[in-house]
Formats: sequence, C-alpha cells, structure tokens
Amino acid sequence: MAVNKVFASPDAAVADIFDGATIMIGGFGSFGGLPINLLTALSRQGAKNLTVISNAGGVGFELSDRIKPGGYPDVGILYEKGQVKKFIGSVPALGGMPPTAPIEMAFNEGKVEIEMVPQGTLAERIRAGAGGLGGFYSPTGVGTVAEKGKEKKVINGREYILELPLTADFALIKAHKADTLGNLVYRGTARCFNPVMATAAKTTIVEVDRIVQPGEIDPEAVVTPHIYIHRVVEVAE
Amino acid sequence: MKMRLDEQTIALRAAKEFQDGNVVNLGYGMPGLCANFIPEGRTIFFQSENGVLGYGELAPDEEKDYELINACDQPVTRQPGMCFFDSGISFDMIRGGHIDIVVLGAYQVSEKGDLANWGRPGRPATGMGGAMDLVIGAKRAIVTMMHTTKDGEPRIVKQCTYPLTARECVSTIFTDIAVIEVAPKGLVLKEIAPGWLSEEVQKLTEPKLIIAPDLHEIEL
Repeated sequence: MAVNKVFASPDAAVADIFDGATIMIGGFGSFGGLPINLLTALSRQGAKNLTVISNAGGVGFELSDRIKPGGYPDVGILYEKGQVKKFIGSVPALGGMPPTAPIEMAFNEGKVEIEMVPQGTLAERIRAGAGGLGGFYSPTGVGTVAEKGKEKKVINGREYILELPLTADFALIKAHKADTLGNLVYRGTARCFNPVMATAAKTTIVEVDRIVQPGEIDPEAVVTPHIYIHRVVEVAE
Repeated sequence: MKMRLDEQTIALRAAKEFQDGNVVNLGYGMPGLCANFIPEGRTIFFQSENGVLGYGELAPDEEKDYELINACDQPVTRQPGMCFFDSGISFDMIRGGHIDIVVLGAYQVSEKGDLANWGRPGRPATGMGGAMDLVIGAKRAIVTMMHTTKDGEPRIVKQCTYPLTARECVSTIFTDIAVIEVAPKGLVLKEIAPGWLSEEVQKLTEPKLIIAPDLHEIEL
C-alpha cells in the first residue's frame, strides 16, 4: 500500500476535522479505551458545532479524579470549550456524580442537544451504519421514553421498535497496537466501543500505545482489519 | 435489636441468589459489590457490558489496571478463562438471553415489577446506559436498593413516577430491611431484617404486601 497512514502527532491527525462534523469517540466513557490524546488535540484544534456520538458525555477533569486518582481529560473537554451542538449516547451524565459535568452544565444552559440511546441500541445502530443496513427492530426500550416517535412492530408476538443506523465523518478511537497498515489489537476492557466505531466512519483515526511492522501482529489476533483504519498515531504510554 | 443492613450486607444477600455456573451482570453502585460475595463453592461468570466475561474481585489499590474495569468504572482482577469482546458482541449476549441474572440499583420499583433506575427529577441529563437492554434480555432481573429515600419516602410504589427502564421486569427486591418477591398476585414479603416487624416494613412500602407463610429473618 502506497498510502502512509502513520501520522506524526495527534494534532496532525485531527487537523482537518471541520465545523459541523459528526464524530464518534470510542471508549466506554472513563479512562480505559478513551482516545485521550486525539481528544485533547481536537480541543486545541477548535472545530465547532460538532455532533458527538460517544457512549458517555464524560465527567470532566475535576470529577475524573473520583474514577482514577489524579484525574484525566475526557470527552467533557469538548463541552467545556463549547465545541459540541449535539450528543448522541447512553450516559450523557452519571447519576452517581454531582451535576457539574461539563455536558450537564451545558445542557442545563440550553447549549447542547442530547439524544439518549440505550447502550446496546447505540452499539447496534453503529453496526447497522457500518454494515450498510437501513436499521433494525429492537425490544429494548419498549414502554419507555426510548420508544417515543419510533415505528413499533410486533414480531412473533413480541413488541419491537425501529432503530435507525448511525455513521460519522470521523471516528477517534484507541487501540493497544497497530501495524503500519492499520490492523489493530486492543487491551482488556479498553476495547468496548472502539472496534464498533472504527467500522462506521468515513475517516477513522486511531491512537495506539505502539506501532509495529506488518507481520508483527498475529493475523489470528487482529480485531479490527486495516481497511477500516485511515490514520494511526503512536502515543507514548 | 432492630437493624438496617448496610450496602455490603445487601450485596452479600443478593449474591446468594447466584447459582453455580450462572452468568451475572452487575449494575452501577451497590450491585457492583456483589462480585466480592460469591457463595462458597460456586463458580460465577461476571459479564460486564463494557466487554468482559469472567473477571474476578474488585482490584486492591496496588493492582489497579484502568484498562480492566467493570461497567461501574471500578478496576477488577484477572482470572483464568476470562475474555474480552466489543460493545456490539456484549449486547448480543445481553439481548440474546445469555445472561442469567442482572443485579441493578433502582430509584423506584412498582408492584408489578416496573423498574425506574436511570433518571430522577432535577437531573434530566443522566442516561440509562445499558440498563434497558439488560432488564429485557437477562433471564432474571433483581434489584438492590435502600427501602426508602433519604426523606423516608417509599421506593417500592404502586406506580413509578420516575422514567421507566422497562415494564414488569423485576423479579426480586433486596433492601436494607426486606427481601420482596414480585409475584403475579402481588409483592410477597419473604425475608425481613433483624428486629423488624412486617407491619413496620409495610408502613415504608406503598403497595400492600403479601406476607409469605414462611417469612423469616434475612439469610446472611
């Protein structure tokens, strides 16, 4: 492959993210699996009016200390800087935390729109988008606010709701190791939404602990095949 | 002496429901503590929706690895046989009926077993996470919670007033003063905290309780 996917820095890798872009951000919400260096680079880059698809809205640096001593920057950094117009995900804010997460404050001030999606439905909507499907029927959320405005259908005697696919202009994800082609392996529970989102964006950007040469990752162990990956950045642990 | 169980003890009681070989998912907060109270001699496979099956106890400080967490963001320990997968596969397992028991916290449970556990007044931005998928997919959904709010209001109610997670999904409720089963005929008071009378539990519970013929002290 003539194309060089390896970028020198997170800042270079996110430089062309444009105002109004839809961005998937991998991870679960907390530290493990979050592409922290790409996130902070996007915050420096300053793109605005973003639609962010991520499992959680982040707690912000101040509260993150309660999850991991010393704290860490999370998706909250984008809300602090007013870069997001809409959030799509399952845990915008955590009920077990004080109401001071950046997304919650921005929402309460009317600055951010929230589309709340049950977590399994979120994963499946992204897979539907990635796989070229027009949607699917899910039993999750029947009889709750999650069914509002959606087509319902009884299949084999059970009620389902129609859920539509999600795709993005960019996906920012975190993996453990990549080869220079972009084949990825993950580590532990840092996998979570990363392999799912990696497959559903026009441009998928991954930050990894280490880049290796093709052949150094056992093909049997590859979790994300390289065709889904467009840019790779190594970030020292 | 009249006592209320603390969170650890409620988790210990709920964990007694886990049968040998069960796949169990633990929700945010108190349910997470159940991982430390597996009944002697039973093998339990804990599944966490962030993509792990077969993790061990909560990790002590010196062993904390933040790339090995449960869905409550708590570092857990490795165990032989554990495996990792992505969120898509994780929810295939959940919706597909491969989870035996899910343990969740609750703001309210109704007499029909409706669950409200993710949203409350004044906090419109908190989300349901994986709870809606878990309660419709798991073979059995049980709840651990305090019996009343901090102001002494019942959490076990005729109709949930908080946003629902799912309808008619809870099988058993474990609180600081009682174990209550959701049965077709109504709520059955099965076990009671030391020193409590069934009338006292009833006073803190909105729907009428059916007293089990074999009502006894909570088994610890």
